[in-house]
Amino acid sequence: MKPPPFEYFAPTTIEEALDLLDEHGWDAKPLAGGQSLIPTLNFRLAQPAVLVDLNNISDLFYVRPGINGSVRIGAMARHSQVERDALIAERVPLVHEAIPLIAHAQIRNRGTFGGSLAHNDPAAELPAVTLALDGRLRVRSLSRERWVPAGEFFLGLFATALEPDELLVEVEVPALPPRSGWAIREMARRPGDFALLGVTAVITLDDENECQAARLVFFSTGGEDPTDARQAAEVLIGEAPTPDVIRATAETAASEDIDPTGDIHASAEYRRHLAKVLACQALEQALERVTTGALY
Amino acid sequence: MENLFTVTVTVNGRQYERAIEPRLLLSDFLRHELGLTGTHVGCEHGVCGACTILFDGQPVRSCIMLAVQANGHEIQTVENLALDAKPENLHPLQVGFWEAHGLQCGFCTPGFLMTLLPFLEEHPDPSEEEIREAISGNLCRCTGYQNIVDAVKLAAGKMQETQAGPGGAA
Ligand SMILES: Cc1cc2nc3c(=O)[nH]c(=O)nc-3n(C[C@H](O)[C@H](O)[C@H](O)COP(=O)(O)OP(=O)(O)OC[C@H]3O[C@@H](n4cnc5c(N)ncnc54)[C@H](O)[C@@H]3O)c2cc1C
Ligand code: FES
Ligand code: FES
Repeated sequence: MKPPPFEYFAPTTIEEALDLLDEHGWDAKPLAGGQSLIPTLNFRLAQPAVLVDLNNISDLFYVRPGINGSVRIGAMARHSQVERDALIAERVPLVHEAIPLIAHAQIRNRGTFGGSLAHNDPAAELPAVTLALDGRLRVRSLSRERWVPAGEFFLGLFATALEPDELLVEVEVPALPPRSGWAIREMARRPGDFALLGVTAVITLDDENECQAARLVFFSTGGEDPTDARQAAEVLIGEAPTPDVIRATAETAASEDIDPTGDIHASAEYRRHLAKVLACQALEQALERVTTGALY
Repeated sequence: MENLFTVTVTVNGRQYERAIEPRLLLSDFLRHELGLTGTHVGCEHGVCGACTILFDGQPVRSCIMLAVQANGHEIQTVENLALDAKPENLHPLQVGFWEAHGLQCGFCTPGFLMTLLPFLEEHPDPSEEEIREAISGNLCRCTGYQNIVDAVKLAAGKMQETQAGPGGAA
């Protein structure tokens, strides 16, 4: 298990990296934390002719405050860096809570926020969380820069809106409105393993304690995740979130929004069961956080 | 294809310079180029943890990093734990594993030790739950983990007693 030969570049600026991507296009792959890409090379599932290593571009490793309580995360911010960042914990606690669910400490020391989103593994936590929080992604190529809403960035199995000459440079995650609650729940065989199924919930209540906004996003259903459970959200929005309504929401998600498949670790039926149970738990916890104002 | 990069890497306090292909994995660099075969290779795709080393002080999988990426960086491997092969010069973490039977075949052990070294520095008195979480990224086919957990508890006590171990790494 050894990577196939490739040409290797280690630029120190974003512009240099964009130059290289412009020149090599489809033949090139950016190398972020390498925690997904290098295993793929070792298995020879991919044979890029050129690797553009982003690890020496110091301008991509940051977490910064944005406007209106948002947070801006550089594409190369490592999972372990985001995990320990006080601003993340304060402003986007859902991200803070999601990171420890990703792999093991050794992998979080290398894996990056941007790499996770660009890779869009259907079992990954961060695409689901970024979608649930309505994050925006800043994408650059040599000739242009654009902001892509998370809802338009994730396009299915390992597919994103990124063109071969584009680099994801930054992610902006907005703060939640007042009276919001959030939660993430997953079932994995061991801590750090990819989830058998997971879900993240974000809800906002109005002054009448009715649900004003709701987002339920699934990952690792065995389908083209992250899956935004829109039909379930419709059940909840405009209603008082009683236990019955929450149960109905979770049931709609499990039966209508997702289309689970089975594998050696979990049957489709079991995934559907997990979807219902975990969605209920996530919604309940999100609700509890709105009503008590407690973050953790 | 003649496509060699010259890298300078500090491993266990010693500087090495080598001309390598960019596709060379860091684990293979340590084992084949430097002869430091204490770092084991199990799965080569980041799952088993046998190849764990410290990269600038932090535990990482050396099988899913390229050796060129180590240029200018500092690495510690399991060879850095003990002063020499004498039992009295083992690192307290190694003594803990020895006394509590934290290993059988020993294949996984270097990865466990390099994962646990920074963990115990950050958590001098870890709970069993913290220990199990810390080693969740390392597979062992022999011990059933119970003795490893016991070994970590024992080692934690020993490390606190000795503060810095006899080896250069602590
Ligand atoms: C054993 C193991 C368990 C894991 N468990 C989990 C888990 O439970 N949950 C989880 O979410 N992940 C898990 N991972 C994956 C890990 O989180 C990866 O770090 C992540 O998926 C990819 O991030 P990376 O920085 O390593 O990217 P890389 O592996 O370097 O890159 C991944 C892909 O994205 C592209 N890319 C990277 N950065 C950019 C960019 N800025 N712009 C454009 N394209 C880019 C690369 O070209 C490549 O195609 C696991 C990995 C391992 C080895
Ligand atoms: S050999 Fe590196 S994790 Fe298994
Ligand atoms: S002691 Fe044999 S694999 Fe752990």
